[in-house]
Amino acid sequence: MKTSLVLTSALALALSAHVASGSESHAQHGDGVPASGEHAHHQHRAHPPQAADEHADHQQEQARDRRVPTDKPTESERAHVPPDPPQTTLAPISMERMVELMQMEDDAPFGMLLFDRLEWRDLDDVDAQAWEFTAWYGNDYDKLWLKTEGERVESQEEGHIKLAWDRIFARWWSVQSGVRHDFREGPSRNWLDFGVRGLAPYFFEIDAAISFGDQGRTAARFSGEYEMLITQRLILQPELELNWYGKDDPQNGVGSGLADLELGVRLRYELLREFAPYVGVLWERKFGRTADLALHHGEDDSEVVFVAGVRAWF
Amino acid sequence: MKFDSQSSRPQLSRRRFLASAGAGLFVVGASRNLSIAQSAPQSVLSGTNFNLEIGEMPVNFTGNTRVGTVVNGQIPAPLLRWREGDTVTLRVSNRMSMRSSIHWHGLIVPADMDGVPGVSFEGIPSGGTYVYRFKVNQYGTYWYHAHSRFQEQTGLYGPIVIERRGGERQHSDREYVVMLSDWTDTDPERIFTTLKKQSEYFNFGKRTIGDFLADVRKHGLGQTVADRRMWGQMRMNPTDLIDVSGFAYTYLMNGVAPANNWTGVFNRGERVRLRFINGSAMSIFDVRIPGLKLTVVAADGQDVEPVTVEEFRIATAETYDVIVEPKDDRAYTIFAQSIDRSGYARGTLAPRSGMAAEIPPLDLRPLLTMSDMGMSHGSHGASDATAHRSGVDHAAMGHGPMGHGTSATTPLRHAPTEHGPTVDMLADEASTGLNHPGVGLRDNGRRVLSYADLHTVGGPIDRREPGREIELHLTGHMERFVWSFDGRKFSEAEPLQFSLGERLRITLVNDTMMTHPIHLHGMWSEVETPKGEFQVRKHTVMVNPAQRISYAVTADAIGRWAYHCHLLYHMEAGMFREVEVAPAGSHGGGHT
Repeated sequence: MKTSLVLTSALALALSAHVASGSESHAQHGDGVPASGEHAHHQHRAHPPQAADEHADHQQEQARDRRVPTDKPTESERAHVPPDPPQTTLAPISMERMVELMQMEDDAPFGMLLFDRLEWRDLDDVDAQAWEFTAWYGNDYDKLWLKTEGERVESQEEGHIKLAWDRIFARWWSVQSGVRHDFREGPSRNWLDFGVRGLAPYFFEIDAAISFGDQGRTAARFSGEYEMLITQRLILQPELELNWYGKDDPQNGVGSGLADLELGVRLRYELLREFAPYVGVLWERKFGRTADLALHHGEDDSEVVFVAGVRAWF
Repeated sequence: MKFDSQSSRPQLSRRRFLASAGAGLFVVGASRNLSIAQSAPQSVLSGTNFNLEIGEMPVNFTGNTRVGTVVNGQIPAPLLRWREGDTVTLRVSNRMSMRSSIHWHGLIVPADMDGVPGVSFEGIPSGGTYVYRFKVNQYGTYWYHAHSRFQEQTGLYGPIVIERRGGERQHSDREYVVMLSDWTDTDPERIFTTLKKQSEYFNFGKRTIGDFLADVRKHGLGQTVADRRMWGQMRMNPTDLIDVSGFAYTYLMNGVAPANNWTGVFNRGERVRLRFINGSAMSIFDVRIPGLKLTVVAADGQDVEPVTVEEFRIATAETYDVIVEPKDDRAYTIFAQSIDRSGYARGTLAPRSGMAAEIPPLDLRPLLTMSDMGMSHGSHGASDATAHRSGVDHAAMGHGPMGHGTSATTPLRHAPTEHGPTVDMLADEASTGLNHPGVGLRDNGRRVLSYADLHTVGGPIDRREPGREIELHLTGHMERFVWSFDGRKFSEAEPLQFSLGERLRITLVNDTMMTHPIHLHGMWSEVETPKGEFQVRKHTVMVNPAQRISYAVTADAIGRWAYHCHLLYHMEAGMFREVEVAPAGSHGGGHT
């Protein structure tokens, strides 16, 4: 109570100072108001102590054309009553406690499960299923990513799974560092994986990564996607995917160099934003040593595949 | 209805009556579901002692029953009628399981009465009661709302009308509060995380291949491709006007959905004062009453020199008092369409209840232009034709605030913190004029209000020249749904420090493509013209995309205050700062 009285009188002094000094608003000091010179001085400091405000250097004394002060207090000046000082104040509290009281956590983690592709594929003589699934959890800056994609043909699964730390580093881009595990017909391969993910100009969604495996193996991967709105819910999505390997891995049907390319287009209808059935067509082409290996095994080095599936997220 | 605490206080002067005939009608129409909030007619509480009980209750605005946050069983909360000069006491009890709070928006009150948990006080815990008590030294139209998480979105908002001692400056025969809001059946927590995952989720007005072909026919291939290239380079979408749309929202007028037609009755020839309040969480409305001129007489509770318009934009948390004089024996539609034209709130002024007038069609969805993006791509006057194009290093440009001379734009500088990965856009230059009514309203064929039309009666509350200037940029990342000042979220920034008694200038620069209503608690924001002359006193200042706006503040309110964007999800995402007002040299409270 005592404190608040002191504060009240300080405030009253400060206010009387500013009303009194109103008529000499260009004064840089309060000399004309002896009773409250100290307060007046505070008011007219050109550069009072700054908070850690990023724009401190922006503050300019601008010689703009200011309003001409009148001799008399304005009607609003007479009517305005500043608030009394608070009778109680919060003791200094931690940011955590403040967040708890406010229930306003601007750095809270959140997560997403995305089945970007869950599809049935019409191969030449057999059916196949394919998936591309992402789960992530984290705050605006850092997220833990789990991503897997692959294809299942006659109970034989081929694909990879990746666990990565995703960190945003530029307006539209994040880096991903993690580990990747490939499972194929031959021995599985493990890699350290470094990638960049983001939105390129013209809204191309890009995901590119290089991988380093055992025995000096290297691999690189690039995918790009684009979305064209036919209507607000009917969306055409072309995509391109490329794979490159540094070393032959014949047991897994992989040759060094550019191994394969997939060009696809999917047309989805967003019944809900979260749930969209689609149909699509893919053209897959193998190159170089990888193509040779495929031909050697009696497979085609290029094929056209029709797909149908759903895209869903939570 | 339980008002046990109130009935035990006989001194309480409390009147309850139907706010309007329309509300009564709606009650009849909705009586099949007695649980809804509207089954209790909108009440008015007046006097000096109030008991407000915050609770949860099933409500039904859309045909689906949801749980709303109610005050005394109502959404909107009861209208509080005060008298200038009175000291009011409000005992606010929290009957919910989570912490709550009430903030008196636009009221100049002591810091511990301001109602912001974590800043003003600890909030009102579950089962607790907080007694707000302050002297009312102002008059006009204001409102109150929760300042806890998304409770404002789920219903905790209500109007405040303070009668002027000695009578209103502008006579009226009758008055109505017209409180606009946005109701959603979706859990706001879910909306928030949805925006974090897919920020364009609620935008069903994006440009399609069909729009491309139509533009080619209209403007030619070259110009259309160039337009798409510019937006594509920026990775921005010209249809991003607001984050949550009519897809999720049912827009309400005094708590009444459009189909149920809130109605205010008038007698022909009366002067009717409409006290518009935008009590929405996340919506900006363009308001008009086809057939009637709107004479704006107050803004944010502050009397302005009357100005007659046909339409006005009311940003979240703003209030406008408007006088209309219906002369004909007919109904008039009060039409408040959302900024993205994805829906509207609607009501009726009529000589008798049960009438309705034609509802105008929604306007075409506006598209942002390059000048809204702070780029001078020839989309405005010839004086800008020589200005830099996109890609020019801003830092290399002139620093004079009025570098373009007669041009109403100014080049900008940006703080280093704005260059981080959570800021997706920096304007090259900003418009400085106050005469822009807002995105989609320029040249729409109607006389639309702008801040340049508003002149507060009685001048500023402080004639002193501001002693210093704080420039803050409104920043964000649309896709990541991160919002901030100067590229720093609340959790990443220190409080702003104001010295007690100082007069300072805050300059806001909007580096985003969205319109942000910025609200400083505890102190008035006295908006200045580009020349620095006093224009209008506001508690919430609407900042258009790529606009630079300045206002003077007298730091006469000792204590800690909130300062934030009043779009609720922007605030929750980080577009919030604390302001501390303390005698010079004694700062240092706040969080650690």
